[in-house]
Amino acid sequence: MNIHRAETFFIRVAAATMLAFFAILVYLAVADRFVPPSHQQTIDPATVTSTAPFDHPGLVRTGPNTYDAYYVARVFSWSPQNLTIPLGSTVTFYVTSLDVVHGFTIPDEDVNVEVVPGWVSTVKRTFRKPGKLLLLCNQYCGIDHSAMYASVTVK
Amino acid sequence: MKMAIDTSGNHTTTPAENRLVLSHLYVAFGALFIGTTFGLFQTLTRANLMQLPPWFDYYRMLTAHGVLLALVFTTFFITGLATFSVYKTIARERRSLNVGWIAWIVMLAGTLMAAFEILTGGASVLYTFYAPLKASPWFYIGATLLIVGTWIVFLDILLNLKAFRKANPGTAIPLPAFMAAATFVMWFLATLGVAVEMLLLIPWAFGWTSGIDVLLTRMLFWYFGHPLVYFWILGAYIIWYAVVPALLKVPVFSDALTRLAFVLFLVLSLPIGLHHEFVDPGIAARWKLLQTFLTLMVVVPSLMTAFAIFATFEESAAAKGQRGFVNIVRSLPWSDPVFAGCALAMILFIFGGFGGIVNASYAMDILVHNTMWIVGHFHVTVGGPVALTFLAVSYLLVPALTGRKLWSRSLALVQVWLWFVGMSIMSIAMHTQGLLGAPRRSADIAYAGAAVAAQWHPWALVTAAGGVVLLTSVVAFAINLFATIFAGEEGETPFVFAAARPDEPPAPKWVGNLGMWTVVAVLLVVVAYGGAFYDHFRDHVYLVPGLRTW
Repeated sequence: MNIHRAETFFIRVAAATMLAFFAILVYLAVADRFVPPSHQQTIDPATVTSTAPFDHPGLVRTGPNTYDAYYVARVFSWSPQNLTIPLGSTVTFYVTSLDVVHGFTIPDEDVNVEVVPGWVSTVKRTFRKPGKLLLLCNQYCGIDHSAMYASVTVK
Repeated sequence: MKMAIDTSGNHTTTPAENRLVLSHLYVAFGALFIGTTFGLFQTLTRANLMQLPPWFDYYRMLTAHGVLLALVFTTFFITGLATFSVYKTIARERRSLNVGWIAWIVMLAGTLMAAFEILTGGASVLYTFYAPLKASPWFYIGATLLIVGTWIVFLDILLNLKAFRKANPGTAIPLPAFMAAATFVMWFLATLGVAVEMLLLIPWAFGWTSGIDVLLTRMLFWYFGHPLVYFWILGAYIIWYAVVPALLKVPVFSDALTRLAFVLFLVLSLPIGLHHEFVDPGIAARWKLLQTFLTLMVVVPSLMTAFAIFATFEESAAAKGQRGFVNIVRSLPWSDPVFAGCALAMILFIFGGFGGIVNASYAMDILVHNTMWIVGHFHVTVGGPVALTFLAVSYLLVPALTGRKLWSRSLALVQVWLWFVGMSIMSIAMHTQGLLGAPRRSADIAYAGAAVAAQWHPWALVTAAGGVVLLTSVVAFAINLFATIFAGEEGETPFVFAAARPDEPPAPKWVGNLGMWTVVAVLLVVVAYGGAFYDHFRDHVYLVPGLRTW
């Protein structure tokens, strides 16, 4: 095929740039465990509220400075509605839905995961700043979707 | 039957063929007018400047906006453009238009069915219709018919290609017809995914099955949903590659590389849908990483396109004795609304492309997922380059097909600039909201005065200002369109597809072998999705009953 010299150079640079971007992402994934939330655990949405630990949503201490937080989403509210997290602790959130798809996000802290009924989503975060944070649903779930929010206090 | 090989598009389409193409375009424009009006109301609602009535709430309107613009406007414009590209470059003495008309009727019937359900409140599920939100079955059936109609358009393209091959053995398909065909091969493979999803959703919506596999429907949707965006952009690329050089009176930069770019899109658009599900549970991170790689690779043919187009600009300037960046830019025909619209669309796409690479960046998605950043991104891609290119080329296409001169060239020029300015303002404001954490798809972003939400409101106001400019642009387009059709002076407007360089040797056979590329595309889909689907069917998945939550 007849390719102009300048274009051959351009295509090589373009492909090399994309490969470099990919290499950075692979490096971050391996070195820093910077991977998207991808927990693979199923759960029966019909029995979530009667199954431990989701029957008592809230914070559970797992170590000196580590916690698990269990959340249940339903139209149009979160459980727990208020949660207090000790400053400086690392929290792993476990979130599931009773009905439709929701989105679990704390915009101030880059906590962001889809909540799919039938599955448990997880996301981990260390809270280093004190304050009252907004936790909201960022996936359309119905008419009162924008009223589906809760608060997380770090202190 | 005698046929002409006509890559330059000098062959004239018949009035009957023109009517079919126009029928596609008119449905597209109708969807555009309604959809963009709804869009303005949404920006005003989010900025707290108006309140929508309960009988036509935000989400019903948002569903209509998304479906009418992302699915109906784009699809009808592209089916019209593809049909035109094929009819114009493959001359046939007596072409049957039956298949073409059946396609249009099926597409329109499906559109009306789905639109009725949306407008009457039976399907406030947004354009992604994520289960287990449960819409009226007629919404899913309508959407399915729209897709089946596009398959009939594809059939019409294939029948014309077959006739061309029979009459011109060994000759490459004319470039515009080839681009249309490659786009529709990709589209057909992509829509198989959503067709399977519909086979799950329709019986469930009727109540014949008790539950739905939510994650499976999401994977099927995005297997279709990402190539969908390439379907849009390839429509614009057909115009950039084959019409823009003709406006500049230069040949296509490289016929062979244009074909190569299109087959690369055919192959690489499909195996990358998982990048829309980076933060979904139930899909292993390794499959997400694999598709991250392929997503970054699909940037390469877009950069090839950028090279070819800027080389075309340079060549046209050189013909006028102009060299150097500033002189090249100044030498371009900015007073032509068709050219100006396409060129401004290309500028918007540079930013769309940058944002796209950010979105493709694997775990970084947590920063932008489901925020207004994403909304800004697709407005500066499908709403920018794609829509603006379609509107600009309409100033050429509608006069050429109706035999009426464009009513006002200067209003057209104002219109494309208003679109560019409005979309720039709106998408910058949307991207900014997203980086500040504002969620997409929320009617009210006040969140009872939460501290983080307080930063979003000013940018929602800027978004609304952009929306006002954009709707002004649409009104200018509508006035010009109606005045051209009903009051335009009768006269010929020549429409020419750019010809290949006369000294360019024909592209190697393997480049244009769509059958072979289809096999490659399917194999790549198996590689990219095999693991994720295997995992999915290995896990014990709970079916979910579904709800109407609006």
